[in-house]
Amino acid sequence: MLLAMRVRVLFFGVLRDSMGVAERELELETGATVQEVVERCRAGAEGGVWEALAIAVNQEYARRERVLAEGDEVALLPPVSGGRSRSSSAGLDGAIV
Amino acid sequence: MSSGLDAAELSAAKRVAIVHERIDAAMVTDAMKAGADGAVCVFDGIVRDNTRGRRTLYLDYEAYEAMALAQMRDLAAEAVTRFKVREVAILHRLGRLVVGETSVLIVVASAHRGAAFEACRWVIDTLKKTVPIWKKEQFEDGAVWADGEPFPEEIVGSAEGAVR
Repeated sequence: MLLAMRVRVLFFGVLRDSMGVAERELELETGATVQEVVERCRAGAEGGVWEALAIAVNQEYARRERVLAEGDEVALLPPVSGGRSRSSSAGLDGAIV
Repeated sequence: MSSGLDAAELSAAKRVAIVHERIDAAMVTDAMKAGADGAVCVFDGIVRDNTRGRRTLYLDYEAYEAMALAQMRDLAAEAVTRFKVREVAILHRLGRLVVGETSVLIVVASAHRGAAFEACRWVIDTLKKTVPIWKKEQFEDGAVWADGEPFPEEIVGSAEGAVR
């Protein structure tokens, strides 16, 4: 028997633009981790931002090995740029959109 | 133009806030002053007119709002404990901001200036790395999401060698 659960995945900033949606629902096997959500969402997607993401589960930062539960809210967060940050030349995105 | 907050309204709950209207830095600063304070240190982050020489028309800020507010509350509380200042206000504005407008305001009230300076610097530096807010810069010839600063190691954890 394959137990399944659903989680809600949120995209922000450059990631929301590249995914074309602000959120999606994913069905996962029981015991699935944050890492599996990242891999499922990333499938086929390009861009350096994927290497630099932080993840929040239910609005708190979480590690990739965190095991998810039914109904969790998983947010994929590109590096943040609130305040009035210095200009970086790192070029994580750099794409004109 | 109203900031949506007035001095009488700057209750504890509103000293850390995400707003969509103009931030009145002078009003917030005045409202933070109390008799026990010997210093108020203010960081007023405003929209610059260029990025690397490219002319900025405006910025659009967005947030993972519930989480950002929780993180800002944690930051304010931690600053009070860590630097032993009396009170910290953190306001961040979202939406479209034009050159010269305040995007983030941090006000630290303290008995002594040293702690006020240190706490203010720590709050803005930490906010910029950990609070989930993003900005898109609109230039004359296009828009781009600003590069963020890399997340601190304690947030991303083992992301680099992410377990498969």
